[in-house]
Amino acid sequence: MTHRMPWSARLGLALTLLFVLLALVGPWLAPYDEAAVVGDVWEPFSAAYPLGTDQLGRDMLSRMLYGARRTIGIALAATCLSFALGTTLGYLAATLGGWVDAVLSRLVDTLMSIPTLIFALVVLAVLPPSVTVLILVMAVLDSTRVFRLARAVAMDVVVLEFVEAARLRGESLGWIVLREIGPNTLPPLLAEFGLRFCFAILFLSSLSFLGLGIQPPAADWGGMVRDNANAIAFGLPHPLVPAAAIALLTVAVNLVVDWQLRRATAGRGG
Amino acid sequence: MTLLLEIRDLHVQALGEEGEWQEIVHGVSLELRPSEVLGLIGESGAGKSTLGLAALGYARRGVRLVRGSIRLHGEELLGAPYERLRQIRGHRVTYVAQSAAAAFNPAYRIEDQCIEAAVEHGILSEAEARAEARRLFARLRLPDPERFGQRYPHQVSGGQLQRAMTVMAMVPRPDLVVFDEPTTALDVTTQIEVLAAIKTAIESERLAAIYITHDLALVVQIAHRILVLKDGREVEAGPTATILEHPREAYTRALIQVRRRFRPERPRPEGAPLLEVRGVEAAYGALRVLADVNLALWRGRTVAVVGESGSGKTTLARVITGLLPPRRGEVRLDGRSLALSYRQRHRDELRRIQLVYQMPDVALNPRQTVEEIIGRPLTFYFGLRGAERRRRVEQLLESVELPPGFADRYPRELSGGQKQRVAIARALAAEPEVMICDEVTSALDVQVAEAVLRLLLDLQERTGIAYLYITHDLATVKAIADEIVVMLQGRVVESGPKSEVLRPPHHPYTATLLASVPEMEMGWLDRILTERGLPDAGSPSPASAAASGT
Amino acid sequence: MHPILALVLRRLALGALSLWAVSLLIFAGTEILPGDVAEAMLGQSATPEAVAAIRRELGLDRPAWERYLDWLVGLLQGDLGTSYANRMPVAELVGERLANTLFLAGVAAAVAVPLAVGLGIAAVRWRESVLDRLLSAMTLSAISMPEFFIGYALIYLFAVTWPLAPPIATVYPGMDLAARLKVVVLPVAALALVTVAHMMRMTRAAILNVMESPYIETAELKGLARSRIVLRHALPNALSPIINVIVINLAYLVVGVVVVEVVFVYPGLGQLMVDAVAKRDVPLVQACGMIFAATYILLNLTADVLAILTNPRLLHPR
Repeated sequence: MTHRMPWSARLGLALTLLFVLLALVGPWLAPYDEAAVVGDVWEPFSAAYPLGTDQLGRDMLSRMLYGARRTIGIALAATCLSFALGTTLGYLAATLGGWVDAVLSRLVDTLMSIPTLIFALVVLAVLPPSVTVLILVMAVLDSTRVFRLARAVAMDVVVLEFVEAARLRGESLGWIVLREIGPNTLPPLLAEFGLRFCFAILFLSSLSFLGLGIQPPAADWGGMVRDNANAIAFGLPHPLVPAAAIALLTVAVNLVVDWQLRRATAGRGG
Repeated sequence: MTLLLEIRDLHVQALGEEGEWQEIVHGVSLELRPSEVLGLIGESGAGKSTLGLAALGYARRGVRLVRGSIRLHGEELLGAPYERLRQIRGHRVTYVAQSAAAAFNPAYRIEDQCIEAAVEHGILSEAEARAEARRLFARLRLPDPERFGQRYPHQVSGGQLQRAMTVMAMVPRPDLVVFDEPTTALDVTTQIEVLAAIKTAIESERLAAIYITHDLALVVQIAHRILVLKDGREVEAGPTATILEHPREAYTRALIQVRRRFRPERPRPEGAPLLEVRGVEAAYGALRVLADVNLALWRGRTVAVVGESGSGKTTLARVITGLLPPRRGEVRLDGRSLALSYRQRHRDELRRIQLVYQMPDVALNPRQTVEEIIGRPLTFYFGLRGAERRRRVEQLLESVELPPGFADRYPRELSGGQKQRVAIARALAAEPEVMICDEVTSALDVQVAEAVLRLLLDLQERTGIAYLYITHDLATVKAIADEIVVMLQGRVVESGPKSEVLRPPHHPYTATLLASVPEMEMGWLDRILTERGLPDAGSPSPASAAASGT
Repeated sequence: MHPILALVLRRLALGALSLWAVSLLIFAGTEILPGDVAEAMLGQSATPEAVAAIRRELGLDRPAWERYLDWLVGLLQGDLGTSYANRMPVAELVGERLANTLFLAGVAAAVAVPLAVGLGIAAVRWRESVLDRLLSAMTLSAISMPEFFIGYALIYLFAVTWPLAPPIATVYPGMDLAARLKVVVLPVAALALVTVAHMMRMTRAAILNVMESPYIETAELKGLARSRIVLRHALPNALSPIINVIVINLAYLVVGVVVVEVVFVYPGLGQLMVDAVAKRDVPLVQACGMIFAATYILLNLTADVLAILTNPRLLHPR
């Protein structure tokens, strides 16, 4: 699996694992509490504050570490939920066909004809801003993409003769979905998981950046960019720190995904 | 006489799955004189196409001509500059691809594509090239030659497009045309028409040609000399008559023997039939695909269902298995009427009828081991588990002539023939009484197909299973059937014991079908064409015109 | 009727249908979900009486379907409702903002489309070369980065460190075109960067897909010149996928514009919508949502219709 991995994918994998590790242990490594005001406003990078202080004088490094857990955790939760929802419905639509497929597909088409961010803004105008709401909104909107892919991949497998053979044997729906279709649709869905996770990070950060995601004083990377945005006008790089962390994480995941996708297409050509 | 083309000790490499170069052609030589037709014959992976393309100094992406020599009129093509090769391709040497439907650009009219090479190379003016194309359209017996070329590729039938591609290759007046399996994608009756058209064209234009195919009986009709290839090596080469009558190599002999097998017909046993199809009518949506189909199969016997693509023979299998509930009629097993849909059938009813598919690649779940594949019906129908199941799987593997160790393999580790054997073992595991074989040998190489057929016959001797054998290949039918059902456009046109159906008088369609199976003898094509009263060859017969909807 | 006309009409009808479905969804999104606008507007000071008063004032005490019909009829007549926040007609609030956004997106598209298609063709022509690999790595990074990172990085570099362009894109009515263009340089750059990356990768894939076709091999075996193969045989068949790529990415611009407007404090529709969401100004949010969604649907509709019109199989039926 990992042999013949190009250096770019290795780098991406290593960085991704590092970020996940930081998300797990970050708060214990943090020198200060995320909400503690410890210094002056926008202090420069120094030994005491390796990444400076923010617009209220809180330690940026500590907030970055706390933020890692929140940003990565929420994005991961939303992605997992969207996959659970999207693949289940996608497989069912492909296997059952008929009106189940028609109804689900039309619903998803309609949801997808509104840009995700725009629809999220519309519902966030009335929903209370909480972490649960955020995860649910992100998961439901994103599950439309997962549904499309899962259905398409499963459709390709459903028509194959070994699935027909299982049907003719009298196998149950559960066996057909879990044993015949499932294992044969895993590789493309795995790559998609990486892509959707990236999207979730970007999406969550964008919402927080717009002030509609995670609410202060809780630290998260997108919100930190917003909080410190004014520093740019004074020639200070502070908002670039959390922004760069987001960019680095998503680039890292994408490097791995890109390699997976290339492998998949190379395997198919002949 | 001088040599037109001379290939010496050609070595070709291809990019493997892991990205490394592997040799696929190991030093093949051939030569061709003007107006001579060379048949290149071999199974898949023999390197025929690679060799054919090498005559144009061309290698596909991921393939490279490594060393050796390719000389056209004495001029070396291997390593020649791209611009020089460009002048030769489409001018001195042209190419006819297997699938004309894919090889024509969908965006342009047929005639514009046929004259492009001649005009671009400055061989003919546009007006001359159009006149030449129309002359050749007529020569290849395409309908309404003056206006045929005004159509787009998707507007004409497959057989017509294949002939148009031959015109495309001939308009530039080349010295050599490479035909790469030009009739393989076509139905049997169409295949003979196209072959005849190509033969007439080659002879009347005094062309030299390389004719590539996997079907020895076809190439014998058209080639002066034959080169037999296997796994990128020459097996033997020589004049057609010599190869046919005095083959030196065992491999060549096997290729010739393949179609001469014949099992005598056995009489119907006493009593009621095991499987009966009565007055079945079926449709996909508004499109009716079966009309009033009747069929009976006795225990331990084989009924062959013969027809071309679109005749409804696979649909019939879908109706019997319950995948496509018919609109009218019924399917009876052992005197009891079966539910129309497989969903309503009892597990034991499902068990008694098993289906084996054409493509073993997609018939086996790639994520399951052979043990899981064959073992599942054992668990599902008989509750076998663990060591007991393993033992039975090994027995079944043995009965399809595979070693027991194969139980731990995945399908991707097996060859095409081995996969088909595993598929047969999976069907046998259910201990069925009827096995429906849907073109089970057509995706396999000739020899492998032959071995699978032999296995099916053996199994029938041993287990008394009944086969419903669906195929387009009359040679196979002759080999294994007791009774024959001939289908055309969703209807049974003729049926009965093999000896009756194969003996005149025939239904006209059966006659065409029978006449379209190339026989392993020189001059068969010419004889057939004379019998049909077509000295110039290539006119579609009424039955096949109806069948292909042209 | 020519089958193409029928297909196009069908697609247009489908577009109208999905616009209606979207209006239903947007209205439902703000009405059916739990959460009360009146309470949210009042915040901590929400007494039951005050909430009831506000509900009455905003017409929220009427049944939902009645309000939906009113809203829909209003939409069809160009009446977008009245803002909760400042009691102004939504149409008036939206008008100029929409023009500003279209200007920004339009300039970005004018830069991005030729650049992306050109780079895509170049990447195919010199496939697997250093240029191709470099472009692939750069575009992969660009599509992975959040727009605000690219935006602030551009400000940090080209407005603060080397002051070449204004960091904030202030436009006002009556501003002349040259001045406007000068002000939007950085937001256009930020939008174009991400769009070009997406579009270039997809263009490359679309042309490569066509170049693998057997009819390209036929053209090569005819000994045609490389340029003729690409221009006469590949391009006409790649046209439809390329058009599709362009339109999909223009639709993407519609969304990207929201964040970029906030970064550069540009008075566009995206900025307006974000403010409206924060103030829970539902009619304004609905109107902005409808406009964005309609643009998106219209672009996808255009892509489909163009795909039908460039398909030889449909243009010349049997």
